[in-house]
Amino acid sequence: MIFALLQRIAQMLFVMFGISVLVFLIFFATPGTDPAARIAGRNASPEVLEAVRRSFGFDQPMYVQYLTMMKKIFITGDLTSFVNRGWKVVPAVMDTIPVTLSLVFGAAILWVVFALIIGIVAAATRGSWVDKTLMMLGLIGISMPVYWLGEVMNLLSQNRYHDTWIFSWVPPLGYKNFSDDPKGWFLTLVIPWITLSILYIGLYGRVLRAAIVESLQEDYIRTARAKGLSETRILLRHALRTSLVAFVTLFGLDFGALVGGSALLTEVVFGLQGLGKLTYDALLNLDLPIIMTTVLYASFFVVMANAVVDLLYMLLDPRVRTA
Amino acid sequence: MLKVRDLSVAFRTEQGMVHAVDDVSFDVGEGELLGVVGESGSGKTVSLLAVMGLITDPNAVITGSIQYRGRELVGLKPREMRALRGKEIAMIFQDPMTALTPVYTIGWQIAEQVLAHEKISKAAAWQRTIDLLAEVNIPNPRETVHRYPHQLSGGMRQRVVIAMALSCNPALLVADEPTTALDVTVQAQILDLLRKLRKNHGSAIVFITHDMGVMAEIADRMLVMYAGRVVERGKKEELFLQPLHPYTRALLDSIPPLTGKKPKRLRAIPGAPPNLLNRPPGCAFAPRCIERFEKCSAEPALGYGMHTAACFRVSS
Repeated sequence: MIFALLQRIAQMLFVMFGISVLVFLIFFATPGTDPAARIAGRNASPEVLEAVRRSFGFDQPMYVQYLTMMKKIFITGDLTSFVNRGWKVVPAVMDTIPVTLSLVFGAAILWVVFALIIGIVAAATRGSWVDKTLMMLGLIGISMPVYWLGEVMNLLSQNRYHDTWIFSWVPPLGYKNFSDDPKGWFLTLVIPWITLSILYIGLYGRVLRAAIVESLQEDYIRTARAKGLSETRILLRHALRTSLVAFVTLFGLDFGALVGGSALLTEVVFGLQGLGKLTYDALLNLDLPIIMTTVLYASFFVVMANAVVDLLYMLLDPRVRTA
Repeated sequence: MLKVRDLSVAFRTEQGMVHAVDDVSFDVGEGELLGVVGESGSGKTVSLLAVMGLITDPNAVITGSIQYRGRELVGLKPREMRALRGKEIAMIFQDPMTALTPVYTIGWQIAEQVLAHEKISKAAAWQRTIDLLAEVNIPNPRETVHRYPHQLSGGMRQRVVIAMALSCNPALLVADEPTTALDVTVQAQILDLLRKLRKNHGSAIVFITHDMGVMAEIADRMLVMYAGRVVERGKKEELFLQPLHPYTRALLDSIPPLTGKKPKRLRAIPGAPPNLLNRPPGCAFAPRCIERFEKCSAEPALGYGMHTAACFRVSS
């Protein structure tokens, strides 16, 4: 178990190294372009170009350039955006991380809790009207685009019904730091959490229901019945437990992607300065250092989330532990 | 102790009713080992699943009567059936590779059953589990109790399933082809074990198999099933020495003899069992029977004696 864990961590570091090399090559070794010109941005003066060349070591061999770049991102943290005139990239990215993490963590808690409830209830009442209604609601949740849902939520809570008792508690859009104002932090995020989680509640609820219904066909469920266990116990202890693998797999992928910037649409709609929003803005004005840092950060998060999922597998399924 | 009368199990399908078990009656005495033989699809497993109350298909229609120690089991409330299942009537399944939940230790799974039926402490249930594993000849029960199913061989897993079935000292044990999925040497060990346990626990056993050799070793009385019906029943010795029904005879002819001249080829039964969806009128075995005559177009009934067969050749 310990060995498998260390092995997984080593694997993760190796993959991260590979990604950093790949990202570096894409940005700096694409033939036919001058990376200095791209970093410096449109209409840069010759002096700026020269400064960029020196600071990134473009006159030196490729591996030195790579090391310089990595040092700027991970060790000294003094990578500078030239498009935004001297803006330090690493602190800018770091500032967005608590926003994105707050958004995604809260939504993840909501979607896991509600998807578990919906999946279990639907599987327990499979075939009945309760099951059909829940699955239908799930499908509606999956079908609603998050930017549309977010705008509708804003329309209702910020505009139409803002002065009624239902939504009078909703603060104006934007993010409040947890350390400064915990209550404000919570209140501003409630609506974004709900908006972001609805899609995943529908999706995960349906996936979980299907997995439970499938494991209820297994031989060991018949054994559990032959043992004289109650239906509730069979469902929760035997069928659900073996169905969680599919759930955890999906969760790892989605969570990693969302933290890595895929919550962009939600962030834009609710005016949250998160990682997705930062990447989006950087893409609009071709701010290469920021794009590169966020791409690296996002891919690292997906890799880490996958490693956590693999560790969860070990906890969930004893067959993986010895393999 | 178990009295099954006119038990029928039918499944509604899109093509119509499939009569998997049709008017089956049999008795099991205290401590007796009843063997049920028949080929695949003859209704042996379904009829015993009905006894266990384990037919969960909403399209199944179960009629007739199943009396366990004077209690009617057909139509019993699920809660009452659950209290009996695992405690008084336990079951051993065919495939030990899939019969255990993969994510829990075997000790956990056995103790779970004990705790579901008896008001004893967890420690006591755990101790009972270790004793049970020792009783079914599992080496190092104190350590094996912490193992997961995938860490054990098929034979070991079947022992675990048997230990689980015995955990509450059931009066009746239903064994559904418990040796079919195992190698021959392991089969012999499991049969020895079942014999020993039967002596120690005194449980009655209903043993389902399609292996006549296994039957010859352990059964007291036998039931031969064909196409959802009982075609012959009697003591094991009578059935092996003087089989009445042509189907039983054909089954016995398909086993190589231990002594005497070996036939060049074993006799197989021609044809296939009838489609249960629209069973032809008359004796279900008639189309494959070498002894059929005019009367076989009617439905033969099983006699009332100790050794009897549902065949017009016998009664005439």
